[in-house]
Amino acid sequence: MIPTTFEYRRATSVAEALTLLQEGGPEAKLLAGGHSLIPMMKQRLAEPGLLIDIGGLDELRGIQETDDGEIAIGAAMTHAEIAASDLLHTQAPIVAETAAAIGDAQVRNRGTIGGSLAHADPGADLPAVMVALDATIAILGPNGDRKVQADDFFQDILTVDLGEDEIVTGVCFQACRSAAYAKLEQRASKFALVGVAAALSLDGGSCSSARVAVTGASSHAQRLGGVEDALAGASLPDGAADAAAGAGDALDFVNEDLHGSESYRRAMTAVFARRAIEAAAGRG
Amino acid sequence: MTTVDGPVLPKLIGERVKRREDPRLIQGQATYVDDIKLPGMLHLAFKRSDIAHGVIRSIDTSAAAAMEGVELVITGAELAETLGPMPIGTPFPAPDHYSVATDKVRYVGEPVAVVVAEDRYLARDAADAIEVEYDELPAVVDPEAAMEAGSATLHEGFERNIAVESYWGGTGVNPETAQPEDDSAVDAAFAEADVVVSQRMLNQRLAPNAMEPRGVVAQYEPGREYLTVWSATQNPHILRTLVAAMMGLGEHQVRAVAPEVGGGFGCKINIYGEEYVAAALSRMVKAPVKWIEDRTEAFLTTTHGRDLLGYIDLAAKNDGTILGLKARIIADIGAYEVLLTAMIPTLTGLMMNGVYRLPVVRHELTEVFTNKTPTDAYRGAGRPEGLYFLERAVDMLARELDMDPAELRRKNFIPTDEFPFATQGGLIYDSGNYEPCLDKALDVAGWQEMLAERDAARAEGRIVGVGLSFYVEVCGLGPSAVVPTGGWEHSGVTVERGGKVTATTGASPHGQGNETTFAQMLADHFSIPLEDITILHGDTSVVKQGIGTFGSRSQAVGGAALISAAGKAGDKMKQFAAALLSEHEVAPEDLVFEDGRIQVAGAPEVSKTFAEVADFAYIPVPLPPGMEPGLSEESFFEPENNTYPFGCHISMVEVDRETGEPKLVKMVAVDDCGNVINPLIVDGQVHGGLAQGIGQAMFEEVVYDEDGQPVTASFMDYVMPRAADLPTFELDNTVTPTPVNPLGAKGVGEAGTIGSTPCVVNAAVDALAPFGVTHIEMPLRPERLWRLIQENGGQS
Ligand SMILES: Cc1cc2nc3c(=O)[nH]c(=O)nc-3n(C[C@H](O)[C@H](O)[C@H](O)COP(=O)(O)OP(=O)(O)OC[C@H]3O[C@@H](n4cnc5c(N)ncnc54)[C@H](O)[C@@H]3O)c2cc1C
Repeated sequence: MIPTTFEYRRATSVAEALTLLQEGGPEAKLLAGGHSLIPMMKQRLAEPGLLIDIGGLDELRGIQETDDGEIAIGAAMTHAEIAASDLLHTQAPIVAETAAAIGDAQVRNRGTIGGSLAHADPGADLPAVMVALDATIAILGPNGDRKVQADDFFQDILTVDLGEDEIVTGVCFQACRSAAYAKLEQRASKFALVGVAAALSLDGGSCSSARVAVTGASSHAQRLGGVEDALAGASLPDGAADAAAGAGDALDFVNEDLHGSESYRRAMTAVFARRAIEAAAGRG
Repeated sequence: MTTVDGPVLPKLIGERVKRREDPRLIQGQATYVDDIKLPGMLHLAFKRSDIAHGVIRSIDTSAAAAMEGVELVITGAELAETLGPMPIGTPFPAPDHYSVATDKVRYVGEPVAVVVAEDRYLARDAADAIEVEYDELPAVVDPEAAMEAGSATLHEGFERNIAVESYWGGTGVNPETAQPEDDSAVDAAFAEADVVVSQRMLNQRLAPNAMEPRGVVAQYEPGREYLTVWSATQNPHILRTLVAAMMGLGEHQVRAVAPEVGGGFGCKINIYGEEYVAAALSRMVKAPVKWIEDRTEAFLTTTHGRDLLGYIDLAAKNDGTILGLKARIIADIGAYEVLLTAMIPTLTGLMMNGVYRLPVVRHELTEVFTNKTPTDAYRGAGRPEGLYFLERAVDMLARELDMDPAELRRKNFIPTDEFPFATQGGLIYDSGNYEPCLDKALDVAGWQEMLAERDAARAEGRIVGVGLSFYVEVCGLGPSAVVPTGGWEHSGVTVERGGKVTATTGASPHGQGNETTFAQMLADHFSIPLEDITILHGDTSVVKQGIGTFGSRSQAVGGAALISAAGKAGDKMKQFAAALLSEHEVAPEDLVFEDGRIQVAGAPEVSKTFAEVADFAYIPVPLPPGMEPGLSEESFFEPENNTYPFGCHISMVEVDRETGEPKLVKMVAVDDCGNVINPLIVDGQVHGGLAQGIGQAMFEEVVYDEDGQPVTASFMDYVMPRAADLPTFELDNTVTPTPVNPLGAKGVGEAGTIGSTPCVVNAAVDALAPFGVTHIEMPLRPERLWRLIQENGGQS
């Protein structure tokens, strides 16, 4: 509960943060809400020599509709701010609802979407939602900016497509009303033991196409391709159970711990896939 | 009737007076150990074992010692030259246990070396810089396997890791010989039974998790050879006695202070190695030193609770009459015996008599060492374990006989006219009146409606169950014959000049609200306003003597001492008042305290104000013949017996068919703790107790892997119950006063943890009964319940 010595710098701009990151090299770490990084530092699982605080940077804030009709969220927006966004509640309620179901009030008041995505805890909620929404992750590095689709961004446990000298600046995605997230909470941490996000394109009572992603069950957030395929053309909500049935069995790797064995998590993946699909269809 | 001017003071006993201590606690104005900062104070950090079992091959402290700002680095072996093995408070044989391990480590978290440094961060860095090499030994994790020949052993001289073995049984204990009267009666009872239910049950290991972790500041002043120790402890006087002994000092050379203490739940009864080490190192480095436990250390090194495995058999006739009970209990006590470790599981057997007439009992107990954190008291301390085993077994019997669980219990209750009642274990239940309590609980809960609601829910395909438990527990520890530290309590009452009152109590509160309840008692006793009373506690230089707060004793024993001291002070005050009223020729016996005056009963005009009499006591001119000046009295109260509160808890649990997630939807507690001084505080105690009892039933468990590594050493894995996990509690009570103290109060600190645990598990088993389930191990993990449902093909 006592971290090693570190230096703390508060960046005044994203550009300054980038410079500090480069200067600091492998010793340097960005600090956003600190709700993943600081617990690790207190347990000495992370021992960065330099913390660069980007938490309050205006450039990383805001939730708005872009000119091409997408919704963009700045990396430093907290879960609580996202949960309270009217824009999200009307255009993409899945995002606001998921943020509202993260941890507890203290965690939501500090933790940020950028931190959550960059950290990529296997049980984090927002990664699955971003994958289901086919969100684009905006990244800034010494060589300028680049964009990565969420599905490619999450690669493995705590591993994302992000250089040590890069900053996630935000995410953007198409508005989508008929999407929902359902999670089984790990009872201590409230992270997802299994969480499934489903984003549907609905055509009356049937589903024309779908993106479904799971978190918690495996090393990282990933699509459930079999479920997506089965949903194409399925009539909903009746067809949800059939489409979701094999969801868990199709996963290559499944986490296992005190809170849930592999077989339980596989079974729950199917249950929560069905619940997410039903909830999303109910919005249609 | 004539009246005099002045306020009319309402009686406060029995009123819901808000806790006077809360404003400072919730506004950050209280002083906890960590708030204490002394000039020149240094900080300790402990290097702790990261393996469960091994021989220390070498410790290299050179890098740590070389760090700037590090005052001292000392290993366990070096410290052992100054500090001997730690004392324990039970008569059982125990292996040597040093504050800091000398040659072998026996659990993850056991200290092996200590750093003294200028600040806490540096101390921790230096501790990390200490290199320890171990020859690892196989970890002993399963208590049953630990007893088998061929298992690795923790301690020399404790074959098969067995610390304590005890056995008693038959038709009762012969008080002369402490031997069973007729053990063959047990087999006979089981042979003649129509039905026997048998179950192996685990009462799992728990972490007490006080909100404030442990902490200690020690200051040895070489000049006056005097040691002051501030510690987050439940019992500063015991701390003083034991630290003095370990330091080779007399009690007159030690002051122990428990400042504000943020919860104890039993884990702060024990006097820990860190407390002795802080004292010894302060003397060694000639500076005050501080150690504050962090949460990881709290999980690893603060005593755990429970961890009893029970093999329970209950025999009965077809009509539900219970014929006998057999209990074989294995207590996994962890790596060492600390203050009360070995005693706690012995309470389990004693309390397994419950509220029933049990014709015969056989009780076998084995306490076993394993490579885990030592266990000691945890809220309920032995009773929740016993009552869990018993109340689960009784529930299984009800199911087996297809009887209503309430009616089966009623049939076997100890009848009211048999109190005081001698149990098979030799306890004497002071008073009891169980049927009205059961009836009230059934009524408050709406038991029949609950059954109908359950059945309707089942018809809809939902998984719902109802549960009931009826407990009796033991409170008010004493008397001295059964408490190793002495079972009395001490109090002092001083009526100050101006008529204000200062009282001291040795029952050192750490969340119990005694500053409020004790002030209520004095306010009524002297008929003065609550604001005129200060209750002091927690400092051995202020509170002359004391035992402490544990075993739900502060009201029943501490409160009785207080009222006794108040009685003495009041009697003397009446003598002074009689002298002041001498022209009216009143005798002290004719005087009463009423609305801030001391008056002749029924004649307020013949009176003096409380303040006038107090002032006279300190300037007694003329001094009444035969009297000493002043108004300061004290009392030791030695209870003649324990008290035995009881209660009935009822709950409803719904389980998600697809996920196995349990939800507690209703929780009713009707408790009888005798006379109640402050119902608001009693409710608060019950609320907290219920949360912890439900926590055990549903959420909490300390888990070790096969290497003895803890896997639940943070709140990210150890599931604490939260407000949102709990329904609104429905509370009520009955009142059966105890005859063993003048207050008639029994104690309520632990009640909630005792009744609620079996109650909630009984409800969960009832919920899954249609799936053929007869028992579920705690905690009610969703996956565990889901598997039970799946095993039945998901079909009820
Ligand atoms: C008790 C508790 C419960 C929780 N429960 C949940 C839950 O139920 N669901 C859930 O999803 N999460 C949960 N969390 C995690 C929480 O949401 C974290 O806040 C979040 O995962 C990380 O965000 P942060 O802003 O706190 O990041 P930080 O802790 O500040 O940083 C985390 C990591 O990301 C890096 N980083 C941060 N921002 C950026 C950026 N813009 N660009 C590049 N790298 C960056 C940091 O360098 C660091 O390595 C919980 C946390 C706690 C403490």
